[in-house]
This record gives sequence, C-alpha cells and structure tokens, in this order.
Amino acid sequence: MENRSLVTLADHSKEKIMYLIRMAQEFEKHPNRKILNGKIAATLFFEPSTRTRLSFETAANRLGARVIGFTDPKVTSSTKGETLKDTIIMVSNYADVIIMRHYLEGAARYASEVTPVPILNAGDGANQHPSQTMLDLYSIYQTQGTLENLNIYLVGDLKYGRTVHSLLMAMRHFNPTFHFISPKELAMPEVYKQYCHKHNIKYVEHTDFNEDTIAGADILYMTRVQRERFTDLMEYERVKDRYLLKLHMLRKAKNNMKILHPLPRVNEIEYAIDDDPHAYYFEQARNGLFTRQALICDSLGITLDDVIADTTIIE
Amino acid sequence: MKRQELLVAALENGTVIDHIPSHKLFEVISVLHLEEMTTKVTIGYNLKSEKMGQKGIIKIADKFFSDEELNQLSVISPNVTLCIIKDFCVVEKKEVKLPDVLKGIVKCANPQCISNNEPMKSLFHVIDKEERTIQCHYCNTEVCLDNVNLV
Repeated sequence: MENRSLVTLADHSKEKIMYLIRMAQEFEKHPNRKILNGKIAATLFFEPSTRTRLSFETAANRLGARVIGFTDPKVTSSTKGETLKDTIIMVSNYADVIIMRHYLEGAARYASEVTPVPILNAGDGANQHPSQTMLDLYSIYQTQGTLENLNIYLVGDLKYGRTVHSLLMAMRHFNPTFHFISPKELAMPEVYKQYCHKHNIKYVEHTDFNEDTIAGADILYMTRVQRERFTDLMEYERVKDRYLLKLHMLRKAKNNMKILHPLPRVNEIEYAIDDDPHAYYFEQARNGLFTRQALICDSLGITLDDVIADTTIIE
Repeated sequence: MKRQELLVAALENGTVIDHIPSHKLFEVISVLHLEEMTTKVTIGYNLKSEKMGQKGIIKIADKFFSDEELNQLSVISPNVTLCIIKDFCVVEKKEVKLPDVLKGIVKCANPQCISNNEPMKSLFHVIDKEERTIQCHYCNTEVCLDNVNLV
C-alpha cells in the first residue's frame, strides 16, 4: 500500500500543494462535517505544543473523527525506555492516522517507515513542521489570490527559525523574491542562500528594518528575536528593539500587504497593529484548522472530489 | 619486486585489497567485518610502497565480496586496488565506487538525529559523488565523507 504520510513538504510537487490548498478552501467553506465518522486519529506529542495539538485535534473532531493520544510523554512508556518504533507499532493497532510531534530530528520519517498507518509530522525537532508551512502557504494564497511572483519579507530570527526555512523551500515552485531582514548574528544561513541560488530564487539581504525597507512587501513574515539565541548579550541588547514592527512603519505599505507570524508573539508586533487591516496572524492561525483538515483527509485517502461531493456537511 | 622480497604470502583463491592508506587499515577491517571470518586472513600494516610510502594490504582466502560490500570501502578509502584471485592468478581487478545509499556504515553527525537515539541503522543518500557529500535520510544533515565517524 502507498504510504500517505506527510513527513516534509519537500516531498510535494507544486500540483500537490495547489491541490491541498483547494481542499482546504472547501473546509473553510464548511469546516463541520462527518466525513471522518468512525475514524480514530492519535495525537502523540513527545514534546508539548499546545497550539499545534489543539489545531490538529479540532480539525479531526470537526470532521467527526475521534481523537486518542497523549500530550505529555512523561505519562507514556517512553520514560520506561520504550523505543519510538514500539510506541508507533502499538498505536498503529488502534488508530487510522497518527499525528506526531517529537523532539528528535527525523523521528517522523522513521515512524513512517515502521508502520503502514499514515504519519502526519507535527514537528520533529528543528527539522520539519510541514503543517505550519502548509498553513503559511494557504494564508499567502488566500490573501494574495496567488502564490506566484510575490515579494516575501522575512524578519527577525532567520538563523534558527524553522518556519522561515521551510517556507523558503516550499516557495521554490512559485518564483518569489525574498527579502531577509535580520541582525547579522541571526542572518539567513549560507546553506539556504545556496538553496536559493540552486533554485533561482531571488533574494535581498537587509539589516535595517523601517518603513522604506518594507514598502515593497506583499507578505511581511515576522518572527521573534530570542535572547537565548545570542552568544553576545551586548549584541542582543543592541539589536533587540530594532526588529519590532510598529504601526507607523505601515504608512508606505502596499494595500495588499499582509503581516504573518507563526505565533506566539511577544512584543515583535505592536499590539496597536492587531486592528490594522494589514494584520493577518490570527486568521493565519485559524487557517491551520482548514489546512490540517485537508492534510488529515489526504493522509486517509480522501480526495478533493470526495470532499466536494461530501454529503455529511453540518450547517 | 622479486619473489623473495614479497612481504605477504601469495593467495590461492580469494580477494586482495591493496594500497590501503596505513591509517585506514583498521577501519577497512572493521567495515568488512573481517573479525568474523573463519578462513585465512593476512593483514599487512605499514608495508613499504613506492606509490604511497607506507600502505596496508589485506588478503582474504576463499572470500569474494559482493559489489555492495566492496563499495562500502569507498566511504573510508576510495583509492584502494581490489584483485580477485583464482589459482594464484589475478582474474579480475575492481574499482570501488561510492554507492548511492549508505546503510548502517556512517554515524550521523547530528546528536539530535533519531538515528543516534533509536536501535536502528543509519541511512545516508550520496548527493555529490565528486565532493563526497552525503545527506542523512532522517534529519537531512549534510556532511562530507572525509569528516564522518563510522558506526
């Protein structure tokens, strides 16, 4: 049987990404259904991530599936020394799909190889978090009407930020122009710049962050500059307030520009911006529900046609 | 070199691995699991070599490795010479080639990789044979083969 796991979006073609966006649009129209009636989804969170777990569990519940799982590995046998393989095989006896968050990199790939039950990667260490990337792509598509030829500005911690790296790689199909705005210490790593060269992705680097640098943006993707990322705390003190987005900086922004953020936000987006029409980060989080509904259905072999023809919609 | 100066006894049937850099000899022994052999194995260490100064040589009686086994050698020592011996004669010379996939040979450099934390075999894809760059199948870490540790 074909393994329908989602380990990384790098496995997906442009067509597959657009197909999943189309499916998510259907779920945005009608998020409440019984299309997964009788199915069981397991959420195995070997490290806590409340936001991602709630989003996945809501997605499954709103489609009529039932959810089992754990939110804290301390209560599981992995503390007794059980291997990941054994845990996955055991849960495979119960569930139709396994949604897994793990602190080790590559855990999702490995899990997908030890069971025929589809694995949805809800984050494996610093490696991949494809459902976040998928909801980012969906948010960009829904706000811009396209993924093609956009100017995407990535701001803040570009060195360690898993979400910005995954987004950059997933956008390779769509001829984007990236602008990397960060302190030198948290600049985009060389390996991703090489990735851009290899895939003919245009990029510009900035250390300034002001209304002029961001005037050309279609998407302004904010991330947090975290203190613990700095070896030199003097440097942190010097740059920490330089990458905060203030309301007045939006004066020259394009009308279609939207601000995204993977959340949680601390102070990198001024609260006054929340009511500005450019703010989109809470809708973005909401989009996580529709995209995760699409990902769960796709992993269970439910097609876009099935979703369109679905008669189990609850109005 | 005259017959009487031969440093290692001749082999009737089996495999000769020659021109192993001396400092790689014990890794070659380990990768080919020669400690499990029951036939005669002759190992020469720090022998004189015109080409290399010093070299290692291994002669394994009555053993003919698969290409897959031999290609694992390319991970540690890409330029060895391989001779298949039958009736004291060299019947075939082989080159070692870097395979597309390395399973259970190289340890992932990333301590947070699942392959270093579960009882499982490591798996790497060779992504650039000239630069000898490999990528972990699990965590995607890329590394040059000249800087790896063996399992």
